[in-house]
Amino acid sequence: MSQAKSAAAANTALIRVQGVNKTFLLGDEPVHALNNIGLSIQAGEYLSVMGPSGSGKSTLLNMLGLLDVPDNGQYWLNGADTVPMSEEQRAVYRRSHIGFVFQSYHLIPRLSASENIELPLILAGIAPAERKRRLAPVIERLGLGSRAGHLPNQLSGGQRQRVAIGRAIIMKPRLLLADEPTGNLDSQSGAEVVQLLEELNADGITLVVVTHDADLGRRASRRIRMVDGVIVSDDCTPSSGTQSRTDQSDAP
Amino acid sequence: MIRSRDQLGFSIRALLRQRFRTLMQLIAMSIGVLAVVLLTGLGEGARQYVLGEFSVLGKDILIMLPGRKETSGGMPPMTGEGTRDITLQDAQSLLRLPEVERIAPLVVGNAEISRGARSRETLVLGTNSTFFDIRHIQLARGQILPELPLDQPSPVCVIGTTLKQELFAAEPALGQWVGIDTYRCRVIGILADTGTGLGMNMSEALIMPVASSMQLFNTEGVFRVMIDVRSAMGMGVLSRQIEDIMRERHDGQLDVTLITPDSLLKAFDSILSVLTFAIAGIGAISLFVAGVLIMNMTLITVSQRTAEIGLLKALGASSREVRQLFVTEAVMLSLFGALLGTLLAEILLWLVRIRYPEIPFAAPLWATVAATAIAVGCGFLFSWIPASRAAHMAPVTALQHQNGK
Repeated sequence: MSQAKSAAAANTALIRVQGVNKTFLLGDEPVHALNNIGLSIQAGEYLSVMGPSGSGKSTLLNMLGLLDVPDNGQYWLNGADTVPMSEEQRAVYRRSHIGFVFQSYHLIPRLSASENIELPLILAGIAPAERKRRLAPVIERLGLGSRAGHLPNQLSGGQRQRVAIGRAIIMKPRLLLADEPTGNLDSQSGAEVVQLLEELNADGITLVVVTHDADLGRRASRRIRMVDGVIVSDDCTPSSGTQSRTDQSDAP
Repeated sequence: MIRSRDQLGFSIRALLRQRFRTLMQLIAMSIGVLAVVLLTGLGEGARQYVLGEFSVLGKDILIMLPGRKETSGGMPPMTGEGTRDITLQDAQSLLRLPEVERIAPLVVGNAEISRGARSRETLVLGTNSTFFDIRHIQLARGQILPELPLDQPSPVCVIGTTLKQELFAAEPALGQWVGIDTYRCRVIGILADTGTGLGMNMSEALIMPVASSMQLFNTEGVFRVMIDVRSAMGMGVLSRQIEDIMRERHDGQLDVTLITPDSLLKAFDSILSVLTFAIAGIGAISLFVAGVLIMNMTLITVSQRTAEIGLLKALGASSREVRQLFVTEAVMLSLFGALLGTLLAEILLWLVRIRYPEIPFAAPLWATVAATAIAVGCGFLFSWIPASRAAHMAPVTALQHQNGK
């Protein structure tokens, strides 16, 4: 009965995290990377997660992306509790609901830009004709038309990250998770990538960005700050006038 | 679920687009397989050669030679007479025994063969028509020695192909006369090119009736008597009977030695078993080396690509699919490697066969099959294990592999 109630609550939000803990062993020291995290994200939100190194923000992102499993607690994504899922089920869920953008792109070096973007479609077992049909508009939108046949090492950093974004959105996921998406880029290409991500958010995709970059973090309409595995601030106000607040929470 | 065609395409692309790595792995695998196929081929060829040499002598052949080689140590017999020759009459008398079917006496010597201005010092065999049968000697043209009483000479001879070339070149030799020292005889047959047999190069030999050769070499005794017996059973009894006859004919003294197929077989058997062990050992070591090569290559490949495995999982591939991708790739690679290695080995063996046509170098089927199976098995096993490990790793850990470690 309580489960039905939770399910109803989860249906309204895209993501609902409740009482999630995650502990790592770093040598002999247990590190509490996620400490009783509770979080709810509505579809279409633009959220940034900031915090010092080791604050658990990457762990949170991996957990949200079903790459990592919490020790306990509940994580509802798109109306389903993902914690009891098998690894195989999580893989299917990742494929259809979540797109990832990594700091170091993680493109497959031997595959061309378009083949890298196509990869999730291949893994999903979609027929070649249908793949081609879906690929064309994405490549056009990313402005990669002339570079589609190039290998990753023939592309600039900005272009590589755009290929990675193309790969992340080709399955039309509802959730896009970006881990330091501009970390390896110069400011110019970084700005272009951010612009692309924000355009996608404007089109309705839920965007969660983990970053060290305060400027990038401030752009989000909702800003979460983590320290030692705990969410210390969750700021939903519009981006203007939040400077002082962010500075305050820097002090432990 | 990934489509099987796409899965194959993914693996083929992985192999084709990383040509250097693929090439290195192909080389490693094919060298392993090549070693197995080539070495066992050479070993088996040597074994078959020895076997073939042995089988030139039938199983039912006894060989009698003058002199007693089985003296139980001590001084040679002090009879003053020395060893007596085995005469043609001695040989003929053996036919009295019902178990003895045929005999072929053999006189061996060197003589100068001449025709016109050409001459050549070569091996002369004096024997009878039975010899051709016992030694399975084939003729290229003409006929074998006529069936004559043993003691009747006849001015005919059969010559080997090399000798024919040297004396006649391209001219026809049949019916021509050749000089043998002071004798003359007519060529009635030419041997087929059967190469060597038990140390005699027949292609350079001249074969003539035994009585003629005894006149030529001015001897009363024969070098060997080959005795074709009706059945190999009771060989021991028969050799005792033969020894009795010879003892009787030689005034109560046994001065001949009989070589039975048993004693020959024993000698050959130890050689053959050593060869067989050697081949098995060579094969096992080569297979082991091939397995280790393949294992290393596959382990390196998969560990280098742990990050890729993590990525594929992040993009929604299941552990099983990831494993399948890598196992397909490794198995394809080892299959190609095995094919390449087998092909190379067969080409090399073919070249060796051209160089040494008398030795039947050929890889036994078991070696080729085992080498291919080991290659594919190693490719499968040693990609399955690390790919499974990487695939079961949390995707995050696998993704960090590239940067972290």
